[in-house]
Amino acid sequence: MKVKYFAWVRERIGKSEETIEPPASVRTVDDLIGWLTQRGESYAYAFEKPRVIRAAIDHAHVKPDAIISGAREIAFFPPMTGG
Amino acid sequence: MSAHVTIRIQQADFDIGREIAALTGGRTDIGAVVSFSGICRGDDDGGKIAALTLEHYPGMAEAEIGRHAETAMSRWPLDGLTVIHRVGRIAPGENIVLVLTASKHRQAAFAAAEFLMDYLKANAPFWKREESTGGTAWVDARDHDDAAAARWTKS
Repeated sequence: MKVKYFAWVRERIGKSEETIEPPASVRTVDDLIGWLTQRGESYAYAFEKPRVIRAAIDHAHVKPDAIISGAREIAFFPPMTGG
Repeated sequence: MSAHVTIRIQQADFDIGREIAALTGGRTDIGAVVSFSGICRGDDDGGKIAALTLEHYPGMAEAEIGRHAETAMSRWPLDGLTVIHRVGRIAPGENIVLVLTASKHRQAAFAAAEFLMDYLKANAPFWKREESTGGTAWVDARDHDDAAAARWTKS
């Protein structure tokens, strides 16, 4: 699946998107944050306060317990500040 | 007549008069247009701002605004609405966002415009970065705390 990062999440990780293949044990958005956090210091820094991070699956907001199976694109970003 | 919905995300500035004309032109059934424009301020909590840079999530931003537009159309008797959100570098005094709502009567137009702006601010994937003399920094969401995570909604 494709993962996208925005704003300071993107800056901390150092990339705007990547393709990942997490193991089947990674079922939810929360699980995915935990799995990504293990990938290195930049990820750990981006996700150091996981409850602040917002997520979207296929362009729709989701909660941390959302199931990621079947997702084409998952995005992580800080609280929004548009308007 | 059918409702006229325009949603645009663009770098360029917009002309409010031209957008209102596009919404109401050739129609005689619209009795009220409410216009809200968000403008870049030159200061934030006392600090001087040189410019804002707006980042967005292409694809989701349009989809999210579209969902809010549909909700507004279903809740109020609107004859049309326009949402334009700028991205890129925006200097103090320049426009950031425009919401226009058109209806037969003012109440629906006022209510729908306020609804759209409230939902845009909370749910549309845009992020502001401030440039000031002290450097650049991402703008913090207002009133956000850990409990805000509970507001994630699959709307």
